Amino acid sequence: MAIDLVNKMETMKGARALMVALEKEGVKEVFGLPGGANLPMYDEFSRCNIRHILTRHEQSAAHMADGFGRVSRKPGVCFATSGPGATNILTGIATAQADSAPMVAVTGQVPVEMIGRDAFQESDIIGMANPVVKYAYQPRDASEVPEVVRKGFFIAETGRPGPVLIDIPKDVQTNEAEMTFPDEFKIRGYHPWSDPDMVNSEKAIDMLLSAEKPVILAGGGTIISSAFAELQAIAELLMIPVVTTFKGKGAFPENHPLSLGPIGMHGHAEANKIMTEADCVLAIGTRFSDRSVGTFETFEKRLKIIHMDVDPAEIGKNQTTSVAVVGDVRSSLRIMVNMLVKKAIKKTEENNWLKHVKETKAYWKENLKLHPGEMGAAKILRKLRELLPHKSIVTTEVGQHQMWASLFFDVIHPGTFFSSTGLGTMGWGFPAAIGAKVARPDVHVVDIAGDGSFAMTENSLATAVLEDIPVIVFVLNNSSLGMVAQWQRTFYERRMIGIDEKHCPDYVKLAESYGAQGIRAQSMDELDRAIKTALSSNVATVIDIPIDPEEDVLPFVAPGTSLADMVLPS
Amino acid sequence: MWAILSLLVENKPGILFKITHMFRSRNFNIDSISVGVTENPEFSRMTITTIGDKKQVAQIVKQLDKMIDTLEVLELDEHKTVYRELSIFKIKLSNANDSMEINKLANAYGGKVHDVKKESMMVELTATPDQIEAFQELAKPFGILDVARTGVAALQRSGA
Repeated sequence: MAIDLVNKMETMKGARALMVALEKEGVKEVFGLPGGANLPMYDEFSRCNIRHILTRHEQSAAHMADGFGRVSRKPGVCFATSGPGATNILTGIATAQADSAPMVAVTGQVPVEMIGRDAFQESDIIGMANPVVKYAYQPRDASEVPEVVRKGFFIAETGRPGPVLIDIPKDVQTNEAEMTFPDEFKIRGYHPWSDPDMVNSEKAIDMLLSAEKPVILAGGGTIISSAFAELQAIAELLMIPVVTTFKGKGAFPENHPLSLGPIGMHGHAEANKIMTEADCVLAIGTRFSDRSVGTFETFEKRLKIIHMDVDPAEIGKNQTTSVAVVGDVRSSLRIMVNMLVKKAIKKTEENNWLKHVKETKAYWKENLKLHPGEMGAAKILRKLRELLPHKSIVTTEVGQHQMWASLFFDVIHPGTFFSSTGLGTMGWGFPAAIGAKVARPDVHVVDIAGDGSFAMTENSLATAVLEDIPVIVFVLNNSSLGMVAQWQRTFYERRMIGIDEKHCPDYVKLAESYGAQGIRAQSMDELDRAIKTALSSNVATVIDIPIDPEEDVLPFVAPGTSLADMVLPS
Repeated sequence: MWAILSLLVENKPGILFKITHMFRSRNFNIDSISVGVTENPEFSRMTITTIGDKKQVAQIVKQLDKMIDTLEVLELDEHKTVYRELSIFKIKLSNANDSMEINKLANAYGGKVHDVKKESMMVELTATPDQIEAFQELAKPFGILDVARTGVAALQRSGA
């Protein structure tokens, strides 16, 4: 019905053009919440093949679109009305921007002639969103809508992905215009791709070959560009150990002999240790965030840094690099792998460095002290790993549980782990899991949550139940804002303030009140049963797991210190 | 380090906001900024002067380049660039000789005199920021009532 209009001039309303353009982009689902200024768009749902998924808060709609986008690598789409609807999605947009996730957010706006008059539910969302979007459009004439949508999707999903905002005044939605849906268009100031850099790729290889203690640091960009096979090839050909950033967790199978897991504030002890001993790092798709590298200066002083990134502005931003390879990291890695194959370079013998790496890994596997109780975080998350199929998708909320997931939940199948790593948005994991499940209904999706974070978007249970999107929320419940509590214990002499959630609400009853399944697991046996029940049910399930509120996340690299200053469990 | 940046940008509403916002949000500073439409009305030329070390200036250029509305971002070499700023000074006249003295000073800097009144006069001076500041120092003893400066406009010399 809609698609046959393509490329013919056709008179239609702006709102209709929006939906036709979205269908042309292959959009099948929109997450959103209606209001006065986007009603004309909503009226068009009845005339198109796009499913509307109602959320109970616009922030959740944005997180769902974000989760959908990260998993499918196609922009997730969310709708919100003007004013508060638009400001509510800002946190979601900023989260997507911080983690380079493709998203197209469409907001309603007051009619053009009302803009600037402080009209009811008017907000200057373009002005507010500018710092946290990859680009923003506000078509002022209905005829602009098709091209704006085409360009918006293109910008959102190419190069370093990011969120694009399209703010459409109500009269632009209702006015009719002659529409053309362009296949070709030009954005003259946008150059998302660069030619492969053969010279620096070669230099990078030489540098890695001449290094005594090389390490590969895989960042989130490795996952965004799906460079899994290429990363594994280069690591295996050169026999170089692989650490990741937290966002890069799962870029490399965490059960691989060369894998050391994430570095950083709550990195694996062995990963932080090896990172501080290395003399050369191949950094792939990472911005060297403070959470990954600790203090900036100590990092670059010790190491030769080879930095690969699609975004030239990341080169030299946080670290001074020895060699920079700008471009899509998958293409660049492929070039490097081909160069190695051509030169017939394939290491087979473990050198002293690799022996040391393996010893370090084995040592920490044995000697990292864990919580002694039956329901310690490590045991709980290892149980989840044991029972969850490897291709399942895992999201997390933000807090202690997130860092425990980083430490104790091994990602085996690359690209199945997603978290709000940059902005650190509490409440992201559950709606993002819903978006992920919409993108991949064929696999299990689990949100590893804490009680504090889950509380922020728990009303997405309504969406999960009513829209039949059965995800699992796995709540490590310490009845407190655990990470804040840990900092108060560590840095503020146990002056505990504003962290006690006093077992409110009861998450089992809460889940049931939404029509979801709620299961409490207070022992390993109960947990085993709860996970199995959740995996075999086709309804959204909340597993509430009470844990010790005094358990800290360790190791810990305190802010402003270097990875070498890592604090270990005593 | 003082740097002169020359930007060719889309001549659309909101671009100046985006550019200046990048400076604010990334903790850089704008020393001066001037904007005007080019011979092609689709584009504007922005000249921004900024202060920062080499690494910061390189990062500013990259962040500006990354913006979709910028078509060209150049860091100009001040030795190979014609750069000027327009300034207008309103200077107090207290003594009988003041207007003559200020006239001489203005001439020495290639300035023009305007609006000579009993109590004040104006000097228009187009020069480099250094020269404008030197003039300002010399005019200070007379009493500067007001200054308006445009910020630098700059173009690289051909073949430079």
